Amino acid sequence: MKYKEVYLDNGATTKTDSKVLEVMKPWFCKNYGNSSSLHKKGIHSKETLEKSRSIIAKRINALPEEIIFTTGGSESNNLAIKGVAQIHKTGHIITSKIEHPSVIETCKFLRKQGFEITFLDVNKDGFINLKQLENSITKRTILVTIMHANNEIGTIQPIEKIGKLCKEKQVLFHTDAVQSFTKEKIDVKKANIDLMSLSAHKIHGPKGVGALYKKKSVNIEKQIHGGHQEQNLRAGTENIAGIVGFTKAVQLAKEEHIKKMTELRDMLISNIQQEIPDTKLNGSREKRLCNNVNISFKYVEGEGVLIHLDLKGIAVSTGSACSSQNLKPSHVLMAIGLRHDIAHGSLRFTLSRFTTKKDIDYVVKNLKEIIKNLRKISPLQKNYKYSVGVKDKSYW
Amino acid sequence: MYSKEVMKHFQEPHNMGEIKNPDGIGKVGNPMCGDLMEVYIKVKKNIITDIKVKTFGCVAAIATSSMITDLAKGKSLEEAKKITRDQVAKSLKGLPKIKMHCSNLAAEGLYKAIENYQKKTK
Repeated sequence: MKYKEVYLDNGATTKTDSKVLEVMKPWFCKNYGNSSSLHKKGIHSKETLEKSRSIIAKRINALPEEIIFTTGGSESNNLAIKGVAQIHKTGHIITSKIEHPSVIETCKFLRKQGFEITFLDVNKDGFINLKQLENSITKRTILVTIMHANNEIGTIQPIEKIGKLCKEKQVLFHTDAVQSFTKEKIDVKKANIDLMSLSAHKIHGPKGVGALYKKKSVNIEKQIHGGHQEQNLRAGTENIAGIVGFTKAVQLAKEEHIKKMTELRDMLISNIQQEIPDTKLNGSREKRLCNNVNISFKYVEGEGVLIHLDLKGIAVSTGSACSSQNLKPSHVLMAIGLRHDIAHGSLRFTLSRFTTKKDIDYVVKNLKEIIKNLRKISPLQKNYKYSVGVKDKSYW
Repeated sequence: MYSKEVMKHFQEPHNMGEIKNPDGIGKVGNPMCGDLMEVYIKVKKNIITDIKVKTFGCVAAIATSSMITDLAKGKSLEEAKKITRDQVAKSLKGLPKIKMHCSNLAAEGLYKAIENYQKKTK
């Protein structure tokens, strides 16, 4: 049976826009010059590279030389955090409990190297406490790294306030903006951001390319040694095709898409809440990424729902432990204080500019049926007496 | 990731629900771990004449619940008590390694239901 295909896992990755692919094509078999070469092909690549750099810089109100191209979000996060740490050699780094693994694991690695790390708590909506952040900053603090928008629950942190605080305290501020880039306006000058990670494949660009914004005055240690590419901060021949695609993806992302996604997001939330009883929206209702819906369906487990949806052609993701490789529930859902069984029933729907109202209707219709059927066979219900589990604190 | 047999049982699980006035009930798992099963049995002349399961859990948990009902129905209590997790997994043409322990609780649930019955009738 052929089903409609509805892709609502754009937080994981997006489809490459065909217009992006088109502009990338000539950079494989025709314009394959190394941007460090002195001949025509090399110069052509170099010029294109620099043009791309200024377009991306402009989008975040940065200078072209403040953009370092990388292989994506994870590399950018590693370069920013380790890069600052290695310049200082010792010190204290502040981050949060809901960061992407490429931030959390990098910080844990640095802790083993002797750095002191503070993982800030978040409240039930996923916000850090600015007072706690302020109180955590000491004379030894070298870096604050707090993500802009959370990849799982969509909560948007007040980065302008964080940036202001960091500036006052003379501490560097890095933000992982992989999820929010082009979905929220970001002005690195206005928000006092020193370092910011970006990725192409979350915005309909190709996989394997991203960037780190680094304020001119900030010093970091390079992580990949070799040639002098990227202001001598990231060795390796530039991925021109990828960078060209990344740039096109940025140009194609328009403000009107934010409005469209927000409307469909709100429609998905309210239709689910109207059609299906006993649900809980995870993350902030107000300060929320325009394409993120994260909802727990009580009394059912997320993997089962996900596979049923997949059988209907609908792609989503879940924070349930049952679908993770280590069988632990999502650290983000634990950090916002969700009970384990409710975390197990969480589903994440992430929209894109290609999502339609029809898609939303199709999802809600099928979801309603699936949840009803799974609840029928579940021993859990409203008045079930839950035994209290021990909160797992080993993650941080 | 899952075998065809697992998917078949997951999509249309057999004998789901509960039995009114069951002869034995076995509860295993914990919603905190993401898997919870309740096995209900009816016993006549030492034979399991009816079995039903309620399950909260992943694809593997639901499929193993369904499979255990197929394996246990019509069996004597002694035979049914011998059904192992491995047998359940094998009958489903295998389970992902990671799911072997956490979600493969059905055999244990059945064992507990039989024990519950035997305690009552002693």
